[in-house]
Amino acid sequence: MKTVTVRYFASIREALGTGNERLSTAAPDLHALREELIARGGAYGEALARGKAVRLSLDQTMVADESAPLADGAEVAFFPPVTGG
Amino acid sequence: MPRVSIQTHDFDLSAEVAALRAGDARVGAVCAFVGTVRDRNDGQSVSTMELEHYPGMTEKAIEAMIDAAHQRFSMHGVRVIHRVGVLQPQDQIVLVAVTSAHRGEAFQACEFLMDYLKTQAPFWKKEQTPDGARWVDARVSDDAALARWGIRAANA
Repeated sequence: MKTVTVRYFASIREALGTGNERLSTAAPDLHALREELIARGGAYGEALARGKAVRLSLDQTMVADESAPLADGAEVAFFPPVTGG
Repeated sequence: MPRVSIQTHDFDLSAEVAALRAGDARVGAVCAFVGTVRDRNDGQSVSTMELEHYPGMTEKAIEAMIDAAHQRFSMHGVRVIHRVGVLQPQDQIVLVAVTSAHRGEAFQACEFLMDYLKTQAPFWKKEQTPDGARWVDARVSDDAALARWGIRAANA
Protein backbone atom coordinates (compact mmCIF):
# COMPACT_ATOMS: atom_id res chain seq x y z
CA MET A 1 0.00 0.00 0.00
CA LYS A 2 1.08 3.57 -0.58
CA THR A 3 -0.08 6.83 0.92
CA VAL A 4 -1.16 9.58 -1.47
CA THR A 5 -2.64 13.04 -1.09
CA VAL A 6 -5.73 13.71 -3.17
CA ARG A 7 -6.93 17.25 -3.74
CA TYR A 8 -10.18 18.50 -5.24
CA PHE A 9 -10.94 21.92 -6.67
CA ALA A 10 -13.85 24.12 -7.75
CA SER A 11 -17.14 22.33 -8.52
CA ILE A 12 -15.67 18.93 -7.61
CA ARG A 13 -14.46 20.22 -4.22
CA GLU A 14 -17.94 21.64 -3.57
CA ALA A 15 -19.71 18.43 -4.61
CA LEU A 16 -17.50 16.32 -2.32
CA GLY A 17 -17.48 18.77 0.56
CA THR A 18 -13.72 18.43 0.95
CA GLY A 19 -10.64 19.81 -0.76
CA ASN A 20 -8.03 17.45 0.55
CA GLU A 21 -7.60 13.90 1.80
CA ARG A 22 -4.82 11.44 2.45
CA LEU A 23 -5.51 7.85 1.62
CA SER A 24 -3.89 4.45 1.51
CA THR A 25 -4.24 2.76 -1.84
CA ALA A 26 -2.92 -0.13 -3.87
CA ALA A 27 -3.87 1.62 -7.13
CA PRO A 28 -0.98 1.24 -9.60
CA ASP A 29 -1.91 4.28 -11.67
CA LEU A 30 -4.22 7.31 -11.84
CA HIS A 31 -6.92 5.39 -13.69
CA ALA A 32 -7.14 2.83 -10.89
CA LEU A 33 -7.15 5.56 -8.23
CA ARG A 34 -10.07 7.30 -9.93
CA GLU A 35 -11.93 3.97 -10.17
CA GLU A 36 -11.37 3.42 -6.45
CA LEU A 37 -12.82 6.85 -5.65
CA ILE A 38 -15.78 6.35 -8.02
CA ALA A 39 -16.48 3.02 -6.29
CA ARG A 40 -17.16 4.90 -3.05
CA GLY A 41 -20.42 5.90 -4.71
CA GLY A 42 -22.53 8.89 -3.67
CA ALA A 43 -21.02 12.27 -4.43
CA TYR A 44 -17.70 10.63 -5.42
CA GLY A 45 -19.35 8.34 -7.93
CA GLU A 46 -21.16 11.29 -9.43
CA ALA A 47 -18.47 13.99 -9.43
CA LEU A 48 -15.70 11.75 -10.79
CA ALA A 49 -17.89 9.65 -13.14
CA ARG A 50 -16.47 8.62 -16.49
CA GLY A 51 -17.71 10.89 -19.24
CA LYS A 52 -17.65 13.92 -16.93
CA ALA A 53 -15.22 16.71 -17.73
CA VAL A 54 -12.65 15.86 -15.04
CA ARG A 55 -9.04 16.94 -15.42
CA LEU A 56 -6.15 15.55 -13.38
CA SER A 57 -2.76 16.57 -12.20
CA LEU A 58 0.01 14.45 -10.73
CA ASP A 59 2.53 16.14 -8.46
CA GLN A 60 1.23 19.53 -9.62
CA THR A 61 1.63 18.86 -13.34
CA MET A 62 -1.35 18.41 -15.67
CA VAL A 63 -1.64 14.91 -17.07
CA ALA A 64 -3.32 14.16 -20.39
CA ASP A 65 -4.10 10.52 -19.67
CA GLU A 66 -4.55 8.39 -16.60
CA SER A 67 -1.95 5.73 -17.30
CA ALA A 68 0.67 7.62 -15.26
CA PRO A 69 1.93 5.38 -12.43
CA LEU A 70 1.10 6.33 -8.86
CA ALA A 71 4.05 6.49 -6.48
CA ASP A 72 4.08 6.54 -2.70
CA GLY A 73 3.72 10.13 -1.49
CA ALA A 74 2.20 11.36 -4.75
CA GLU A 75 -0.12 14.37 -4.87
CA VAL A 76 -3.04 13.88 -7.22
CA ALA A 77 -5.71 16.46 -7.96
CA PHE A 78 -9.10 16.20 -9.65
CA PHE A 79 -10.73 19.33 -11.03
CA PRO A 80 -13.02 20.60 -13.78
CA PRO A 81 -11.64 22.28 -16.93
CA VAL A 82 -9.75 25.42 -15.98
CA THR A 83 -11.23 28.87 -16.58
CA GLY A 84 -8.63 31.47 -15.64
CA GLY A 85 -7.50 34.55 -17.50
CA MET B 1 10.98 41.01 -9.14
CA PRO B 2 9.26 37.61 -9.49
CA ARG B 3 7.98 36.63 -12.92
CA VAL B 4 4.70 35.30 -11.53
CA SER B 5 2.45 36.61 -8.75
CA ILE B 6 -0.86 35.18 -7.63
CA GLN B 7 -2.50 37.74 -5.36
CA THR B 8 -5.81 38.99 -4.01
CA HIS B 9 -4.92 42.67 -4.30
CA ASP B 10 -5.02 44.83 -7.41
CA PHE B 11 -2.03 45.72 -9.60
CA ASP B 12 -0.81 48.92 -11.22
CA LEU B 13 -0.10 48.47 -14.92
CA SER B 14 2.20 51.51 -15.15
CA ALA B 15 4.24 50.49 -12.14
CA GLU B 16 4.60 46.89 -13.35
CA VAL B 17 5.69 47.93 -16.86
CA ALA B 18 8.10 50.51 -15.45
CA ALA B 19 9.68 47.89 -13.19
CA LEU B 20 9.85 45.36 -16.02
CA ARG B 21 11.83 47.61 -18.36
CA ALA B 22 13.79 49.56 -15.74
CA GLY B 23 17.47 49.80 -16.69
CA ASP B 24 17.05 47.58 -19.77
CA ALA B 25 18.05 49.62 -22.82
CA ARG B 26 17.70 46.59 -25.12
CA VAL B 27 13.93 46.98 -24.89
CA GLY B 28 12.22 48.56 -27.88
CA ALA B 29 8.75 47.11 -27.38
CA VAL B 30 6.43 46.49 -24.46
CA CYS B 31 3.19 44.60 -24.93
CA ALA B 32 0.79 44.27 -22.01
CA PHE B 33 -2.58 42.53 -21.83
CA VAL B 34 -5.00 43.22 -18.98
CA GLY B 35 -8.06 41.03 -18.51
CA THR B 36 -11.00 42.52 -16.60
CA VAL B 37 -14.30 41.30 -15.11
CA ARG B 38 -17.36 41.79 -17.35
CA ASP B 39 -20.81 42.47 -15.91
CA ARG B 40 -22.40 39.93 -18.27
CA ASN B 41 -21.52 36.38 -19.29
CA ASP B 42 -23.54 33.86 -21.31
CA GLY B 43 -26.61 36.05 -21.25
CA GLN B 44 -26.68 36.62 -17.50
CA SER B 45 -25.67 39.62 -15.45
CA VAL B 46 -22.77 38.98 -13.12
CA SER B 47 -22.61 40.76 -9.76
CA THR B 48 -19.37 39.26 -8.43
CA MET B 49 -16.82 36.69 -9.53
CA GLU B 50 -14.75 34.45 -7.29
CA LEU B 51 -11.49 32.97 -8.49
CA GLU B 52 -10.04 29.78 -7.02
CA HIS B 53 -6.59 28.39 -7.77
CA TYR B 54 -4.27 25.52 -6.90
CA PRO B 55 -1.56 27.11 -4.76
CA GLY B 56 1.86 25.90 -5.86
CA MET B 57 0.74 24.28 -9.09
CA THR B 58 -0.63 27.50 -10.55
CA GLU B 59 2.69 29.28 -10.12
CA LYS B 60 4.61 26.28 -11.47
CA ALA B 61 2.35 26.02 -14.52
CA ILE B 62 2.77 29.69 -15.41
CA GLU B 63 6.55 29.55 -14.85
CA ALA B 64 6.65 26.63 -17.32
CA MET B 65 4.62 28.65 -19.84
CA ILE B 66 7.07 31.52 -19.58
CA ASP B 67 9.96 29.11 -20.16
CA ALA B 68 8.12 27.81 -23.23
CA ALA B 69 7.59 31.38 -24.47
CA HIS B 70 11.31 32.11 -24.07
CA GLN B 71 12.05 29.08 -26.28
CA ARG B 72 9.83 30.48 -29.03
CA PHE B 73 10.25 34.21 -28.87
CA SER B 74 13.07 36.62 -28.29
CA MET B 75 11.85 38.29 -25.10
CA HIS B 76 13.73 40.25 -22.48
CA GLY B 77 11.29 40.33 -19.60
CA VAL B 78 7.95 38.82 -18.65
CA ARG B 79 5.59 39.65 -15.81
CA VAL B 80 2.39 37.72 -15.08
CA ILE B 81 -0.01 38.69 -12.31
CA HIS B 82 -3.27 36.84 -11.72
CA ARG B 83 -5.72 37.81 -9.03
CA VAL B 84 -7.74 35.36 -6.95
CA GLY B 85 -10.57 35.78 -4.47
CA VAL B 86 -13.71 37.86 -4.90
CA LEU B 87 -13.72 40.41 -7.74
CA GLN B 88 -16.31 42.89 -9.00
CA PRO B 89 -17.22 43.86 -12.58
CA GLN B 90 -14.57 46.21 -14.05
CA ASP B 91 -11.88 44.85 -11.70
CA GLN B 92 -8.60 43.80 -13.24
CA ILE B 93 -8.05 40.01 -13.19
CA VAL B 94 -4.87 39.29 -15.09
CA LEU B 95 -1.78 41.02 -16.43
CA VAL B 96 0.66 39.60 -18.96
CA ALA B 97 3.44 42.03 -19.89
CA VAL B 98 6.32 41.24 -22.23
CA THR B 99 9.35 43.27 -23.28
CA SER B 100 11.43 42.61 -26.39
CA ALA B 101 13.57 44.44 -28.92
CA HIS B 102 10.81 44.68 -31.54
CA ARG B 103 7.02 44.74 -31.47
CA GLY B 104 6.38 41.52 -33.40
CA GLU B 105 7.90 39.28 -30.75
CA ALA B 106 6.26 41.20 -27.90
CA PHE B 107 2.76 40.98 -29.45
CA GLN B 108 3.18 37.29 -30.22
CA ALA B 109 4.67 36.30 -26.88
CA CYS B 110 1.93 38.16 -25.01
CA GLU B 111 -0.83 36.42 -26.96
CA PHE B 112 0.90 33.04 -26.67
CA LEU B 113 1.12 33.39 -22.89
CA MET B 114 -2.53 34.40 -22.56
CA ASP B 115 -3.70 31.54 -24.81
CA TYR B 116 -1.61 29.13 -22.78
CA LEU B 117 -2.80 30.49 -19.45
CA LYS B 118 -6.50 30.25 -20.40
CA THR B 119 -6.38 26.49 -20.88
CA GLN B 120 -3.43 25.23 -18.83
CA ALA B 121 -3.21 27.26 -15.60
CA PRO B 122 -5.33 25.91 -12.74
CA PHE B 123 -7.80 28.71 -12.03
CA TRP B 124 -11.57 28.41 -11.76
CA LYS B 125 -14.17 31.17 -11.92
CA LYS B 126 -17.47 31.18 -10.09
CA GLU B 127 -20.02 33.86 -10.93
CA GLN B 128 -22.86 35.26 -8.86
CA THR B 129 -25.88 35.83 -11.11
CA PRO B 130 -29.55 36.67 -10.37
CA ASP B 131 -30.23 32.90 -10.65
CA GLY B 132 -27.55 32.07 -8.10
CA ALA B 133 -23.92 31.06 -8.23
CA ARG B 134 -22.52 29.10 -11.17
CA TRP B 135 -19.11 27.81 -12.19
CA VAL B 136 -17.93 29.22 -15.51
CA ASP B 137 -17.65 26.64 -18.31
CA ALA B 138 -14.41 26.27 -20.23
CA ARG B 139 -14.62 27.27 -23.88
CA VAL B 140 -13.60 25.10 -26.82
CA SER B 141 -12.54 28.34 -28.56
CA ASP B 142 -9.80 28.73 -25.94
CA ASP B 143 -8.41 25.28 -26.79
CA ALA B 144 -8.53 26.31 -30.47
CA ALA B 145 -6.61 29.48 -29.67
CA LEU B 146 -3.76 27.48 -28.15
CA ALA B 147 -3.87 24.99 -31.03
CA ARG B 148 -2.90 27.82 -33.40
CA TRP B 149 0.52 27.72 -31.71
CA GLY B 150 0.83 24.00 -32.42
CA ILE B 151 0.00 22.99 -28.86
CA ARG B 152 -2.77 20.47 -28.47
CA ALA B 153 -5.00 21.35 -25.54
CA ALA B 154 -7.80 19.22 -24.23
CA ASN B 155 -9.15 21.41 -21.47
CA ALA B 156 -12.73 22.17 -22.47
